[in-house]
Amino acid sequence: MDYSQFLNMHDELSLLAVIVILFLADLFVCGDRKSGVPAKSLSVLPVILLTIQTVYMLLAPKTGAITFGGMYQLTPMMSIVKAVLNVGTLVVFLMSHIWMKRPENEIKQGEFYMLTLSTLLGMYFMISAGHFLMFFIGLELASVPMTALVAYTKKNQESAEASAKYILTALFSSGLLLYGISLLYGTCGTLYFDDMAARLDTSNLVQLIALAFFISGLGFKISLVPFHLWTADTYQGAPTPVTAYLSVISKGSAAFVLFIVLIKVFGPFIDNWNQIFFWIIVVSITLANIFAVRQNNMKRFMAFSAISQAGYVVMGVMGGTAQGMTAIIYYIFVYLVANLGVFTIMNIIEQRSGKTNISDYDALYDTNPKLAFIMTMCLFSLAGIPPFAGFFSKFFIFMAAFKAGFHLLVFIALVNTVISLYYYLLIVKAMYIKKNENPVLSFRSDGYTRIGLAICTIGVVFAGILSGIYQYFDTFAYGLLP
Amino acid sequence: MNFLSLFVLIPLAMMLGLWLAKGTKGIRAVMVVGSSALLALSIVLTVKFLTDRADGNTAEMLYTAAYNWFSPLHIQYAVGVDGISVAMLLLSGVIVFTGTFVSWEMPKEYFLWFTLLSMGVFGFFISIDMFMMFMFYEIALIPMYLLIGVWGTGPKEYAAMKLTLMLMGASAFLMCGIFGIFYGAGGQTMNIMDIANHVNGAHLIALGQQYIWFPITFVGFGVLGALFPFHTWSPDGHSSAPTAVSMLHAGVLMKLGGYGCFRIAIYLMPQAANELSWIFLILAGTGVVYGALSACVQTDLKYLNAYSSVSHCGMVLFAILMLTTTASTGAVIQMLSHGLMTALFFAIIGMIYHRAGTRDIRELNGLMRIIPFLAVGFAIAGLANLGLPGLSGFVAEMTIFVGSFQNADAFHRILTILATTSIVAAAVYILRMIGKILYGVNVNPEHAKIHDAHWEERLAVIVLIFCIAGIGLAPSWISHMIEGSVGPMMQHIGHFTSQCNPFL
Repeated sequence: MDYSQFLNMHDELSLLAVIVILFLADLFVCGDRKSGVPAKSLSVLPVILLTIQTVYMLLAPKTGAITFGGMYQLTPMMSIVKAVLNVGTLVVFLMSHIWMKRPENEIKQGEFYMLTLSTLLGMYFMISAGHFLMFFIGLELASVPMTALVAYTKKNQESAEASAKYILTALFSSGLLLYGISLLYGTCGTLYFDDMAARLDTSNLVQLIALAFFISGLGFKISLVPFHLWTADTYQGAPTPVTAYLSVISKGSAAFVLFIVLIKVFGPFIDNWNQIFFWIIVVSITLANIFAVRQNNMKRFMAFSAISQAGYVVMGVMGGTAQGMTAIIYYIFVYLVANLGVFTIMNIIEQRSGKTNISDYDALYDTNPKLAFIMTMCLFSLAGIPPFAGFFSKFFIFMAAFKAGFHLLVFIALVNTVISLYYYLLIVKAMYIKKNENPVLSFRSDGYTRIGLAICTIGVVFAGILSGIYQYFDTFAYGLLP
Repeated sequence: MNFLSLFVLIPLAMMLGLWLAKGTKGIRAVMVVGSSALLALSIVLTVKFLTDRADGNTAEMLYTAAYNWFSPLHIQYAVGVDGISVAMLLLSGVIVFTGTFVSWEMPKEYFLWFTLLSMGVFGFFISIDMFMMFMFYEIALIPMYLLIGVWGTGPKEYAAMKLTLMLMGASAFLMCGIFGIFYGAGGQTMNIMDIANHVNGAHLIALGQQYIWFPITFVGFGVLGALFPFHTWSPDGHSSAPTAVSMLHAGVLMKLGGYGCFRIAIYLMPQAANELSWIFLILAGTGVVYGALSACVQTDLKYLNAYSSVSHCGMVLFAILMLTTTASTGAVIQMLSHGLMTALFFAIIGMIYHRAGTRDIRELNGLMRIIPFLAVGFAIAGLANLGLPGLSGFVAEMTIFVGSFQNADAFHRILTILATTSIVAAAVYILRMIGKILYGVNVNPEHAKIHDAHWEERLAVIVLIFCIAGIGLAPSWISHMIEGSVGPMMQHIGHFTSQCNPFL
């Protein structure tokens, strides 16, 4: 057993180092209730450590020797995706700082950071998997601590309910996924991604069922219809930073892994999964848009928006093209900055005023004009309006699906962007046009939130116009077809 | 750095300046300097273009520049102008300039969105890459929602949402059409000129493909250009919008539709245009007559002008679809003329509304004696609208109808004759409105106290009247400039169609 192969997993090792440092810091820096020592907040430490780790990940060599017989793989694209997820986690940490300062959270803030980074580590494993066992370990590591995160505010009944719904759905779908994997093992005799494609046979019904189970299992994580029923309640019940994390990071990683597994393992079944995804995407986008229009609670609204955006992300999977992979990563990046921008503003408003309904955002422009403006920019990016990055990401992902030949799908998705524009404009209307007797009072956000918002604003405004980001992603993309 | 890009950079600088400006004087200073710079730039461009053409430069597009933007997707930042673009840029420059003065009292945020809108418009006309054109088209769409929703009048939220959603629906169609054209021509270039001339890897789009993408693209642009059943966003949108926004929208944005129909739908897919033009001719012709007749029964001044705009913009599409050089030249002159005319009309209606508090024709009377300057401007706008010789409307309409009649077959000629009845309807609604509002005896004591135009309003009105009368009295330079670019395009289309008459 050659233990030096562990050193090939430098991304995961660096993240593990960050977790260990934070654990030790929590042990020695933060006080506990019994001793009466006030807890010192962990402050900048998580942010700085994560930034260092991201930089390390981008600069370190991106390809390595075969690790554990191919169970763990590293390609440049995987490192890039991990770096993108890191940026998202960074913004989530920045936004959660003010929430951590509340007395009931200050005691357990170390746990928040460790749970979040554990799920991130799980996502790293999932992304770099070359074997279904590794993939499953990563998936579970990404799901189980998330349950604890959702139930973080344990005194709150809504959070407990949300967490219960999440874990039950998660367990059920991973059970389904595991059954699919076992069917594949039974028919192929191996679980290594590279070996399986040669042993798959399109006439084998058992393997087709395994494909369906796999899509169901992963569809839960990406919150596609009909695996989306947990989304609205969990997003509403969880604390806002956790919802933010859930809505972008776990969705983004799962979408990328979906693409990888589909092209590596299920390549022969391409016609089947194209067809399955056609219907899933159409239903996801349409259903989510229809439900989003009727929402009053901001977090529930964002949940349905997230389901619809998940439908768009998965459009890049159609055809399994390299252009599709670039489009997926780029879309995830842009969706990440825009969505986190919205959530950061929702979080700070919730922390300062306790309000979470869309009607509470009426006349926000009169009291907090800059926040309203950033919110507008992020919402426009989500809706796909130029010159914001969301326009470019939508255009490119539609282009990838169109190139693969799915003209009708692109047309239906485009018509749905009009409906989605309607509900995003409802919030813009509330902020700018409607009048309010009890508006959110003007306040100054704290420094961390401002930095987080700055990151999101720069991303939303410049990630589209500056073509470098897309071109950088494109150099590393690969797929079944160009 | 190509000087055409200044058309996009100056509005960006204006937005930055507006963001940093303090107080009303600062805002007004930025806007005046910026819009004057844009107007000056468009005049300089026109003069330079005419001199270069006179010197013998016969390239289809002048002052071109292309920078690779998203090279894996063959998207470039490609700019270039020809006679049609120059005319449109001149129109935009004049309307942004006059619109600034008409909105003299407005706050900073209004001018920010207004400038963003104008950036979208200018960017659209200078671009020759399909992605870029689409991007600027969409940039010009969304500020409308906020401009109408926040600063509009009447059922503004409803009108703003309806306008935005319908135009976004059109852009959904358009995106599909652009993909279809891009991949249909081989997926190697997004540059319009390359696709049209089959260079740089672009080949002819298969006929079956053209039959799918031509209607989609044409409808996509046509919604903005008030194609008949899709024009319903226009009356509510224009009427609820604040004055300068109506001016910019009816004056320039609706021309984006006609320009796009011509430059992309017809130019890149000429066979389909030839075969399918009859469907859209019927729709456009219906729109022309329907708009004019609807205007006759309106009681609100802005609704009247909005329906009149539907009719005149429908005439642009009608003329383009006739596929002759004269008619297309007339269409572009109509875009220019109607833009100026409707801007003047909306400007003065806005000023009257601001003073009298009502836009209802039944309540206004005898304004000629109370506010003579505005009333004379109003009368000139009305006369241009109905096509009085000496003003630009006559030149445009005459060229359109002569060109349309050149098609020798019965279908086209009957449609042309039916479309000319809109001139009669125009005379009815204009003269009836002018007679009622401007002449007669005023019975409302409130109206007797209103004051005439301020200096900034006079400036805007005079500039617009000067342009309208200028084109009306001396149209040959602009007609020549436009025809110089329409001609080669028609010859290109003529390679594939049998209906084309390349001689004036």
